[in-house]
Amino acid sequence: MAANLSFNASLNTVRESYESMKEKVQPYARVLAARAKNRPTSQSFIANLTDDFLEFHGDRRFGDDGAIIAGIARINDLPVTVIGIEKGITLQESIKRNFGAAHPEGYRKALRLMKQAEKFNRPVLCIVDTSGAYCGIGAEERGQGQAIAENLMEMMTLKTPVISLLIGEGGSGGALALAVADQVWMMENSVYSVISPEGCASILWKDSQKMQEAAEHLKLTAQDLFEMGVVERVIPESSAKEFDKVYALLKTMLYDSFQSAMQKPTDELVAKRYQRFRQMGIN
Amino acid sequence: MLEKRLFRKPKNELEHQENGRQNQPSVPDDLYLSCPECKQTMLKSDMEDNGFVCPKCDYHFKIVARQRIALLTDPNSFHEIDAELSPSNLLNFPGYDEKLVKAQQESGELEGVICGTAAIGGYPVALFVMDPGFILGSMGTIVGEKITRLFEYAAAHQLPVIGYTVSGGARMQEGILSLMQMAKTSGAVKLHSDAGLLYVTVLTNPTTGGVTASFGMEGDIILAEPKALVAFAGPRVIEQTIRQKLPSGFQRAEFLLEKGFVDAIVHRNEQKQYLTTLLKLHQKGAM
Repeated sequence: MAANLSFNASLNTVRESYESMKEKVQPYARVLAARAKNRPTSQSFIANLTDDFLEFHGDRRFGDDGAIIAGIARINDLPVTVIGIEKGITLQESIKRNFGAAHPEGYRKALRLMKQAEKFNRPVLCIVDTSGAYCGIGAEERGQGQAIAENLMEMMTLKTPVISLLIGEGGSGGALALAVADQVWMMENSVYSVISPEGCASILWKDSQKMQEAAEHLKLTAQDLFEMGVVERVIPESSAKEFDKVYALLKTMLYDSFQSAMQKPTDELVAKRYQRFRQMGIN
Repeated sequence: MLEKRLFRKPKNELEHQENGRQNQPSVPDDLYLSCPECKQTMLKSDMEDNGFVCPKCDYHFKIVARQRIALLTDPNSFHEIDAELSPSNLLNFPGYDEKLVKAQQESGELEGVICGTAAIGGYPVALFVMDPGFILGSMGTIVGEKITRLFEYAAAHQLPVIGYTVSGGARMQEGILSLMQMAKTSGAVKLHSDAGLLYVTVLTNPTTGGVTASFGMEGDIILAEPKALVAFAGPRVIEQTIRQKLPSGFQRAEFLLEKGFVDAIVHRNEQKQYLTTLLKLHQKGAM
């Protein structure tokens, strides 16, 4: 296992694989890969990256949202809070999890556990995989916009390290609500976008079939976003069969990053997080 | 094709005369308008003199940012900040350059938000007002940057912020960078809030998407104009998702008030007085 890879070695692997990725796969092919049915979901990541995971439920205000799995666990000897958007594996489970489209109570559960992480000085790992926050009557009635807004605001000054990992789809505000972090990492075949390519094509060109073109222009692949400085790392995936190796590398990277972030004064951490987003979109 | 022609009404010579009535008295198109709510016809100037509100049914018409600022702030008190910031086509998105030029020409503004300092009822404030006409009030990087700068300025100068929102959401032609403005502006709101300063949002029709889900809903006090649509996902998107018609009044300001998401609904012509009182009540020390 590669669990004992040194931090530098793992970083080099990331760089090398990033170079090889540069010969472009079509962006829309990445979108399809990110949505693929057999793709590991948050549960697999939690199972493979952490031990002793205890899931906690509910937002203490309205209910429990199955689209978000949250709790505490450890990465090696480090206790962490883990929050993942879960699409579900079987159809039955996916229905229970609303296909990974969270309601306001999901985002409020996430924030509750982040505040708890702050209190107990635990770093937070967010795992993002959603086509977007749910668009429905209940979600609107209970303030989907307000819930996301509050997460953005509170995460910005959360006094504990936060890393967000995008593992599949990063759909707009619903993804960002768990991605105001010190570092944002993306799996090689994940995407992150302000709107789905289909939505973009249908609004701009009244033709949802132009999604391939839209995917290209939106710059939503991990590689594009890395080049733009929107994400810090792209995690190479190799083949699905070898996902064990990916987990091992990822676990080392997370452990090392959290350990070094825990050494820093929280004020510095929070100031850097502010700057991370502050400089986005300035020429 | 043939059937269509069969049923076409034969042309009537007399009908043609209609176009020829050149010397009939007529009114310029833009002198009158009809209210989309109560369908009454009114003089445009009457509507404008009434704060762009229908004098018959109180329907709040769209109002461009400059006019709103003129209505709201004390005479000659508004000083614009960052007026020179102008958007560019960061991702080389097709058609975006043309869209920007058109929006700039039509609105006379460089971007869809105007920021500055002003006095309202004698109280100094930092103010941002979004423009409904500029690419549907969408939030791109410059909108995010201007609002962020305003909050930073207000925090540094101990000023409250009054913010008027109207938006179709994040501007997709700027891709992920426009999404990031939600986080960026939220960070600036938090910075300002942690300095113990007041932020009041006034949600106007329509406020949706990324603006609702960031600085729109982050005010200490959240006000809305009557009947304003305020949503995360707009009604059309929801109807497409759930495949059923939405009840009438869904996502209107009155609905949000009932559900607990706005503090008060304030008629446009009462906002200046309302904000003045609000500002007065937030002055430090005894009145």
